[in-house]
Amino acid sequence: MRFVDEFRDADKAHALAARIAALCEPGRQYKLMEVCGGHTHTIYKHGLEDYLPESITLVHGPGCPVCVIPMGRVDDAMHLASRPDVIMTSFGDMMRVPGSNGSFFDAKARGTDIRMVYSPLDSLKLARANPDKRVVFMAIGFETTAPSTAMTLLRAKAEGLSNFSVFCNHVTIIPAIKAILDSPDLRLDGFIGPGHVSTVIGCRPYEFIAADHGKPVVVAGFEPLDILQSIYMLMQQLAEGRSEVENQYSRVVPWDGNLVALRAIGETMELRPYFEWRGLGFISHSALRVRESYADFDAELLFGVPGVRVADPKACQCGEVLKGVLKPWECKVFGTACTPETPIGTCMVSPEGACAAYYNYGRMTRQRVPQAIELSSRP
Amino acid sequence: MCLGIPGEVIEFLPEQPDLARVDVSGVRRVINVGLLADEPPEPGEWVLIHVGFALSKIDEAEAAAAMDFLEGIGQAYEDELAALRDSQIE
Repeated sequence: MRFVDEFRDADKAHALAARIAALCEPGRQYKLMEVCGGHTHTIYKHGLEDYLPESITLVHGPGCPVCVIPMGRVDDAMHLASRPDVIMTSFGDMMRVPGSNGSFFDAKARGTDIRMVYSPLDSLKLARANPDKRVVFMAIGFETTAPSTAMTLLRAKAEGLSNFSVFCNHVTIIPAIKAILDSPDLRLDGFIGPGHVSTVIGCRPYEFIAADHGKPVVVAGFEPLDILQSIYMLMQQLAEGRSEVENQYSRVVPWDGNLVALRAIGETMELRPYFEWRGLGFISHSALRVRESYADFDAELLFGVPGVRVADPKACQCGEVLKGVLKPWECKVFGTACTPETPIGTCMVSPEGACAAYYNYGRMTRQRVPQAIELSSRP
Repeated sequence: MCLGIPGEVIEFLPEQPDLARVDVSGVRRVINVGLLADEPPEPGEWVLIHVGFALSKIDEAEAAAAMDFLEGIGQAYEDELAALRDSQIE
C-alpha cells in the first residue's frame, strides 16, 4: 500500500483550495465528473479531495479504455488469437483484462501466440517479419490512440501488406458523456474534460454539454495543480451562472484538435451503429470500426468473431463505478476478492481504473483528512 | 497506453521523413511524427508521444512537468517505458 504523496507547490494548492471554498454557496452540493482515468489517478495519488470542501464531490467517469471493454469483446479477441495461423498483438494494459475464460496472460500461458506491443507499428513490423502468419492488432482506446491505429492502417495499405489486420475496439468519448448526461441516476454540475483525448478532438465537441445541458466543461492537464485550477474554473462558472467550455490545458490542447489525426481516423474508420460498453450497455454511434475501403485489414470481417454478449460476474459492480453511481469502496468485492493482483472487474485492472486508483493509494473509505477544513480557511 | 511520454527530437530518418529518432529519459527510439505534418517539430524540440506517435509539440517546461507526473505514477510508467524500449518501429 502506498500513501498519498505531497506534491510540489503545496502552497499554491492551499491558495487554490481556499479560493474554491470561497465560491461554494452555503447549503449547495456540487458533483463534478472527471471524465478521464488519468485524472482519477492524479486525484487519488495526491489526495486532492482532501483539499476540497465536503460539499464538492468528484465523480469518476468512464474514461478508462480498458475498463469499458465488455467481456464479450475479450472473448472475441481470444477466439481470433486461438487460430493457429494468427499472432495476436495488443498493448500491455489489455493483457490482464478478464474474459470468460481468463485473460490474454492466461491464454499466453496455455500456449496461445499473444504478444504485447508498444505501438501498432510494432505489430506491422511483426507482420513483415512473419509472412506465413496473420498478425492481428487488438486496437483499444479513445481518440488518444485511434490516430495511431489509423496511421498504421494507412501505412499497411500503402505497403500492400496482406497479413496484417486490426480488431477494432476504439471508442469515442462524446457519446459516453451524452449517455451519462441522459442517465437518470446521476445529476452532475460540471465536467473536468479529458486532456489527451482533447489534443485530438479539440474543445468544440464539448460545446453541446454547455449549450444544451447547461453544464460547464473545463479541459484539464494532469498535474495536481491543473486539476485544482480546473475545479476552480468550474466553480467560478457555476458561481456566475455561466456554462461554457474552457481550456485549462491550452499549453498542450489546441482548440481545434489535431486535424491530421482526425483526417486519418476519418479515412480509415467509421462509426459503428452501436457498441456495448461495460457498465453503460449499448450506446449508439459510440465506437469505430474499420471502414469498408479498408476491409482487407478488418480482422472482424476477415475471420469472423462469435460476438456473444457475456454478462459481467455477478459480484462485480464496475458498471456502477464507471457511471459514477457507486464509489469503488462501495462495491462488495472491492479490496477483498477483487484486487489489482486478482482483478474480477476491469476497473481494478488498469492503473487508470477508479478501483485500482483507490486501492493503490489507500482510499478505502470516503472519509477526508480533516486538514482540508483548516486549509480552506487559510487566506 | 494512455500515458503521453515526452521525448526530445534528435533527428529525422533520412529515407523516411515521417520517422524521427527521439530521446526519452536517455532511451533513444524511433517514433512516427506523421500526425504533426501540419507543423513538424525541429530537432531539439519536444513532443508528447502516445503509442509510438508524436501527438503534440510541447515546450521543455511542459516536458519536465509531464516527466515528473509519469515518474510519480510508478509501475505503469515503468511498464510503458519498458515497452517503448522493446519497440522497434521502422
